[in-house]
Amino acid sequence: MAQPLPFVLNVPEIPEDHDREPSPYDESEVHDSFHQLIQEQSQCVAEEGLELRQRGLGAAAPGTSGSGRQALVGPEDAAAYSTATLRILASMPSRTIGRSRGAIISQYYNRTVRLRRRVSRPQLGGVGRSARPSLRLYDLELDPAALEEEEKRSLLVKELQSLTVAQRGHMLKGMPLGLAEKRSLREESRTLTGKPRERRGRRGLFPCCGWLRDTCVLALHGLGLWLLAGLHGLKPWRYALKRIGGQFGSSVLSYFLFLKTLLAFNALLLLPLLAFVVGVQAAFPPPASPGPVPAFTGLELLTGGGRLTHTVMYYGYYSNSTLNPPCVPAPDGGQCGRETDGLPYNMPLAYLFTVGGAFFITCITLVYSMSHSFGESYRVGSTSGVHAITVFCSWDHKVTQRRASRLQHDNIRTHLKELLAEGQLRQGPRSVCGRLRQVAVLGLVWLLCLAITLGCTVAVYAFSELMIQSPVSAEQGGALLALPVVVCLLNLGAPYLYRGLAALERHDSPVLQVYVAVCRNLILKMVILGILCYHWLGRRVGALRDQCWENFVGQELYRLMVLDFIFILLDTLFGELVWRLISERKLKRKEKPEFDIAGNVLELIYGQTLTWLGVLFAPLLPAVQIIKLVFLFYIKKTSLMANCQAPRRPWLASHMSTVFISLLCFPSFLGAAVFLCYAVWQVKPSSTCGPFRTLDTMYEAGKVWVRRLEKAGPRVSWLPWVHRYLVENTFPVYLVSALLLAVIYLNIQVVKGQRKVICLLREQISNEGEDKIFLINKLHSVYEKKERSRCCRDVLKSAASHLPSSRFQTPSLLLYCGHQDPRCPLLVTPDLGLRRVTHPVPSFPQPVKI
Amino acid sequence: MRTAEPPRSLRPGWALRGLRSLAPALSNFLLQPGGGSADFAYREPGPSAHRRFCELLPQEHRSTEESLHTRVSLEQILSLPELKANPFKERICRVFSTSPARDSLSFEDFLDLLSVFSDTATPDLKSHYAFRIFDFDDDGTLNREDLSQLVNCLTGPGEDTQLSASEMKQLIDNILEESDIDRDGTINLSEFQHVISRSPDFASSFKIVL
Repeated sequence: MAQPLPFVLNVPEIPEDHDREPSPYDESEVHDSFHQLIQEQSQCVAEEGLELRQRGLGAAAPGTSGSGRQALVGPEDAAAYSTATLRILASMPSRTIGRSRGAIISQYYNRTVRLRRRVSRPQLGGVGRSARPSLRLYDLELDPAALEEEEKRSLLVKELQSLTVAQRGHMLKGMPLGLAEKRSLREESRTLTGKPRERRGRRGLFPCCGWLRDTCVLALHGLGLWLLAGLHGLKPWRYALKRIGGQFGSSVLSYFLFLKTLLAFNALLLLPLLAFVVGVQAAFPPPASPGPVPAFTGLELLTGGGRLTHTVMYYGYYSNSTLNPPCVPAPDGGQCGRETDGLPYNMPLAYLFTVGGAFFITCITLVYSMSHSFGESYRVGSTSGVHAITVFCSWDHKVTQRRASRLQHDNIRTHLKELLAEGQLRQGPRSVCGRLRQVAVLGLVWLLCLAITLGCTVAVYAFSELMIQSPVSAEQGGALLALPVVVCLLNLGAPYLYRGLAALERHDSPVLQVYVAVCRNLILKMVILGILCYHWLGRRVGALRDQCWENFVGQELYRLMVLDFIFILLDTLFGELVWRLISERKLKRKEKPEFDIAGNVLELIYGQTLTWLGVLFAPLLPAVQIIKLVFLFYIKKTSLMANCQAPRRPWLASHMSTVFISLLCFPSFLGAAVFLCYAVWQVKPSSTCGPFRTLDTMYEAGKVWVRRLEKAGPRVSWLPWVHRYLVENTFPVYLVSALLLAVIYLNIQVVKGQRKVICLLREQISNEGEDKIFLINKLHSVYEKKERSRCCRDVLKSAASHLPSSRFQTPSLLLYCGHQDPRCPLLVTPDLGLRRVTHPVPSFPQPVKI
Repeated sequence: MRTAEPPRSLRPGWALRGLRSLAPALSNFLLQPGGGSADFAYREPGPSAHRRFCELLPQEHRSTEESLHTRVSLEQILSLPELKANPFKERICRVFSTSPARDSLSFEDFLDLLSVFSDTATPDLKSHYAFRIFDFDDDGTLNREDLSQLVNCLTGPGEDTQLSASEMKQLIDNILEESDIDRDGTINLSEFQHVISRSPDFASSFKIVL
């Protein structure tokens, strides 16, 4: 209440009140006077309400007219509260934090206190009243509010001073305040420390020293700023990515970002290979192979054979000897540098360790980025709240084009409508027949898809057997392309078949549809690659006994990669450009084809798998992949801009990128690693070429080297020991895997515990909410009482002057009226006859103290 | 103490020719003691933001010193291509404006805006400002009117594109059901941030690239 009542009306209990009844002849007179009173008082109430509202407006922040009208919907009563109650509600800390600067300051004060004291939460009693946002402070009274804000500000400054510079910067950075405010806070928290005095004293001694230093610092800062701006401009494809994001939103952008990630992975793989294997070998070329050097025809770029065969491109070129002329700079660092310390440069070892090390680095990076991505995109208990998330988070602020913005409006609207309809659908169970039919269709489609996959696999297998039985010579370059062409054709055609089949089944959620499509395509690609791996390591090794089978596998992978690129180009051309032309010209459709993000990303993953598979046999394959990716970026971008539109389905960009990076890690990288491990440990390298030509397996190189180290002397005796006990012994492997399992189990348990805690906290919050409602209701009733008593006082006054008979001045009558309507006794309807007044209802409020 | 000193650009020591080309007053402004210098979020968009800001100013106010103190009206800011297609553009400008009438932006405000929408802003900061942008009546909570206005902004400006009244009611009921943890009929900042924290895509979509 704006103005508390200064006195309490003491109403004596008069037992005779109930017995006294007004005589019937008074009735009309009393009625009339009541009517008059009602009119007068309703006017007065209206005025008062107006006044109250104005005060509310004045006291709260400007523009809060809506807040006063906000009705608090409690579980038991949805009645509107009085303006005063609502004002208090509006000034509750939980509501002011979103708008009031003072509240923000005090919130951050609390945080700094917490940071300093390292306690979980400052005790409400301990912080001091002024430090926490309290309703008394800013909104109810204006002047004290400003004062309190100043006080809190100075407290915050003090707290900031006690933090370290880094912590302070971090804290200030996260504050949702304006730049000017932050700057003044920072300045204050800095100037009040002891430093300036020191500085001034020093400046007194050396007056020029101060500004010289300042100038230097500023110059350095300026230089840094300039460099930063330059770096910002140097970020690859920044402008192109901005344009894509502006036109197509985050979903399509995620494809290009994935492409960028792959580029980084390839660079990571290529750099050590270039430094320790390719570069060194190129600097000390092996003796040229006997026989004529074939002429360059151009077809080599497709087949990877011919002229390219005896180059650093392939495994066969690398020598098995040690490269130890005195001028070789011993390569420090890396995997081979340490071990070869003081030893000549051993090419087989360098080859083995570099490939192994590069794979290891890739593995670590991949696992790290996958775990990071998982941490970002999956939160404990994040399954609920689709509507709220859609409404709050679905607008993509990157979008800058009007057309794209309209498309986004449409997408969000459709999505919201679908969500609402889905909610209604879920309530009505589907009929048994319909569900059966759906299951049947689903099973049929899956069966067909698996059959297609099987057919493709059998086709690849049969064709590869055919290729082995009718060997082609290296001169017939074109014939070498047959198997890759078949594989690429199958890879291109099968997804279209899958897409056609997927049109038959109806999935409830579009996300599920995408997952199913990804799953089918992935199965196909992995099975085909598996068959090819078997073909290479199982069949080709036997078939090419006297030739360099490693070169052949490397070339095969090169061919697959190049043809994959060509087929992607064809797919882009026909699937996007021609399809758009047809649909625009012939079908007169306005819509462009949608950009198939999942399919395109799977293509990328497939290409990357080829690179990883081939890196042992063709160390420069990552370079080829980098070139391919760069081309792909521009081609896809151009095609996208010209031919495509963003997908209409909502796309959970971060979830999907998590899925993609996991796919990159799990079947793709892991499969390649298993393949390479098998090749290193089990397969006999060819005896005519390559760094391992004299050995039984590639792994032997390491063993031989360890044996030599053992002989070399006690200086490096720990290395053989490590080898004997950690590598050859199986126990460490078991130990590590057991530890890993234990860590995983612990993590699962921790997450479970967190879930439980979240549930408990949620319960706690809802209890607090109920408490809040209870308190608000109490508050409301207190106000109500006060208001009623004031109204009664007014009525008493006016009744005293109006009522003809002194009998009706008794408070009990008026209170009874008040009971009829809690707001004011005089809002009682005029037809409330005296007869009813004289027979009070049983619930008459007996405690008449007002 | 420091504020009493003359601006660095006026001091003789600040005559490093090489940095003149980089609008020394600007870098000076950005690097003021206690200014944005420790704030990476301000440093990153600094120079390019200033260039874009100057383009909005009339020719005679484009000098560096003056541009730091001139305000740009709402209409001009809204004509930026980065904001043009954004349905929340007016709210964004109002939230970041520090002028009393909330209708113009100074360079500082503009920097604030960009830093919040940049990559380097913390998710907390982003969600705080998102809340203020969605709080159409500035009362500190998202009530039903705010939510319906928000949904209307999302679904499009036209009458025919909006949801029907019953759909809107159901949607808002669902939103409140999901996010109003303390059941007081409105969504306050912490509840809002709680919802936002479950959406990993928010940080990447709440971004404006200059």
